[in-house]
Amino acid sequence: MSNILIEVRDLVKTYEMGEIKVHALQGIDLAIKKGEFISIMGMSGSGKTTLMNILGCLDKPTSGSYKLDDVKIEDIRQDDLADIRNQKIGFVFQSFYLLSRTSALENVELPLLYRKELKRKERIEMAKDALETVQMSKRLDHYPNQLSGGQQQRVAIARAIVNNPVILFADEPTGNLDSKTSLEIINVFQELHKKGITIIIVTHEPEIAQFTERIITFSDGKIVNDQPNNSMLNAGIALKKLPQARDEEE
Amino acid sequence: MLIFEILSVALKSLIKNKVRTLLTMLGIIIGVGAVITMLAIGEGAKRLVESEIASMGTNVVTVSSNSNSRTAVRQEAGTGNAIRLEDISQIRKQVQGVNYISPVVTTWGRLRAGSKNWRTRAYGVNSEYFFIRNYEVSDGQFFSTTQIQSGAKAMVLGKTVADYLFPDGDAVGQRITIRNVPVEIVGVLAEKGQSAVGGDLDDVVLIPYTTVLARLRGWREPQISINVSAISKEMIPVVKEEILQLLLLKNKTLSEDSFIVNSQTDLANMANNVSSTITLLLSSIAGISLIVGGIGIMNIMLVSVTERIKEIGLRMAVGAKKKDVLRQFIFEAIFLSGLGGIIGIILGAVVAKVVGNMMNWSVEITTWSVLLSFSFSAIIGIFFGWYPARKAANLNLIDALRYE
Repeated sequence: MSNILIEVRDLVKTYEMGEIKVHALQGIDLAIKKGEFISIMGMSGSGKTTLMNILGCLDKPTSGSYKLDDVKIEDIRQDDLADIRNQKIGFVFQSFYLLSRTSALENVELPLLYRKELKRKERIEMAKDALETVQMSKRLDHYPNQLSGGQQQRVAIARAIVNNPVILFADEPTGNLDSKTSLEIINVFQELHKKGITIIIVTHEPEIAQFTERIITFSDGKIVNDQPNNSMLNAGIALKKLPQARDEEE
Repeated sequence: MLIFEILSVALKSLIKNKVRTLLTMLGIIIGVGAVITMLAIGEGAKRLVESEIASMGTNVVTVSSNSNSRTAVRQEAGTGNAIRLEDISQIRKQVQGVNYISPVVTTWGRLRAGSKNWRTRAYGVNSEYFFIRNYEVSDGQFFSTTQIQSGAKAMVLGKTVADYLFPDGDAVGQRITIRNVPVEIVGVLAEKGQSAVGGDLDDVVLIPYTTVLARLRGWREPQISINVSAISKEMIPVVKEEILQLLLLKNKTLSEDSFIVNSQTDLANMANNVSSTITLLLSSIAGISLIVGGIGIMNIMLVSVTERIKEIGLRMAVGAKKKDVLRQFIFEAIFLSGLGGIIGIILGAVVAKVVGNMMNWSVEITTWSVLLSFSFSAIIGIFFGWYPARKAANLNLIDALRYE
């Protein structure tokens, strides 16, 4: 097994909007190693979300090759892609996407429902463990509308990691959150990173990118900058520097 | 995804929208309920007719001569009534499958008991007639063979007649007159009730046929008909055919039209045909409402798919396959129609009983009508749930996730 988790060669994605062709990705080459913590930066429309969708097996490229964990994704059938999304990939979205009127525990359990081999007891155990990891053990029975934005995003992260994926994708995970809550969520990601999970965060905020190891910058469907972040910040320390008065929310 | 999980997911989403779920099911509930009620009433009517026909006797075949030909025969050959008494003993000897046989000589007359009168039809029969017609006596006894042979002045009354003439219930042993001939009442028949067409089965007077022929015959040739009880239902056609052939052989000038040969099965078939047609008609109307209910389900499922595009996208993103989404929505539809079906069956049963009690109809809820309407509603669920479910399963993942 190589140390390379993601290998992309000459990836192209073209959308056809009627007559006009939109070149969202124009020949991307990228390699990502296991355990990396990466942010993909760029203006909206720069193609970063398109790349994430393709890397996350939500979408298929127009051309080019993509290898995830030594599996050639372009050869894989739809149904098997669903299994890959289920077991190798976790997603965190900007607007959480929790099922309403469904408890936190059941939301986290959702990906496990699509694994036949698991028994109900195992599923609940796994979901509880995941919620424990994001410090939400006390709110298992709460519905999304009873949780704050930060708490909802924690539940969403728990859902993304419940299957022990090899890679975690987060699309603007702090986009709907205030700065302190954003730091808390970034802190969760950094903790997960320490445990060895590969994480890719798509964001347009440079402040968020400062908390990751490697920053890839996009513009007009091309990678314009890709370099390690030598001055990676620690979210835990940043949190402690914040004024104490706001700390009572938790 | 295990069936149990799909079920619980489908169930949860239905519970989340209780009012909508209930309204959607309403169409199916009413449809199934109507089918059950109609079939129950139809079946009840059928059973009623069947039991009445059964109360008229066991495997009865009646043979009488056709009145038209009777006139013709009299003019041509002067033979009078085409059926004669000796035919009966011949039928008993020669026709296979005959269990009991009795002549029936009909006469009209006024009964007089003290100051009371009762004008009625009296049947001259032999002692086997009671077995053919399944009569039982509530008081006294039937005629004995000796009484038949000797032409005894004996009489058995139906309950209605006995109750009118002897309200105190002491009819047996009393002497009354019929057409001024004194007779002794030897028995009173047990009650049989109302017939299907409204006639009173208990307004009957039985006398030995020998007595009728000897003392009560009018100026006309007595009209004799034959009542036969076949040994089994299967033998009825054989008995009918052989009796007819025997009679034709003896009356070479007559055709098949000269005799009317009827059996209980003919009567039962006719009655069944009528009630089946009515039941079919009513349940087709009810069935249409079931289809309308199915369209209601499809409508709601389509709305539900549109409302939940994001949810579907999310489920696919975390590993749901097309078939998982398809199954979830089909199960929801089946569940809607299935539960609606069950409630409809209960509702239909209750309505059938209530209507039955109010209108004094007998209703009969059969297993097959329950199975039929339940499986029909389940099939409607699959049929009308399939299109929305397929629509959900074929959604593009990215579009679904980004749908606003």
